[in-house]
Amino acid sequence: MSTGPGLESLVNQTISIITNDGRIIVGTLRGFDQATNIILDESHERVYSTREGVQQLALGLYIIRGDNISVVGELDEELDLVNDLSKIKAHPLTPVIH
Amino acid sequence: MLFFSYFKELVGKEVTVELKNDLAIRGTLHSVDQYLNIKLENIKVVDDDKYPHMLSVRNCFIRGSVVRYVELPPDGVDVDILHDATRREARGS
Repeated sequence: MSTGPGLESLVNQTISIITNDGRIIVGTLRGFDQATNIILDESHERVYSTREGVQQLALGLYIIRGDNISVVGELDEELDLVNDLSKIKAHPLTPVIH
Repeated sequence: MLFFSYFKELVGKEVTVELKNDLAIRGTLHSVDQYLNIKLENIKVVDDDKYPHMLSVRNCFIRGSVVRYVELPPDGVDVDILHDATRREARGS
């Protein structure tokens, strides 16, 4: 009754995580728990900068601690193909301040 | 518990969630849980020229701990009901 919006529906899907320090990490959700700790497979970080397009750094299999997670986004594969990351320039996200 | 119940009433309404990293996301409230984690559908990032980081994302889960504000539709608030619930909650504790 009080479980609400789990991440259940996103397991084995590609997700985009925004962390509290302002990083974007994309990967396949393999597992999660009540504290929103996440197991992310085939993960890579997308680094945004104002000078050059988006850089992607391969990371592999990661566990990301829940208290460092802000947003878990469901990555729409079609939309992701349409957007040319090498052309996008932006400031990196600001870190979370509680 | 009061706000959990209150948000459950707002499921289906369009809200804008402002986060503690200054990002603001507008979307339809899909669900909420006891931690006030929020799931939004068909999201649009406010000021998406500045924040293209979520261009490929349609639906998202927002951790309750990172929410600064939830902006509600003005007609989504029944002040009288909220007043009653608040009084009951205050009496209870």
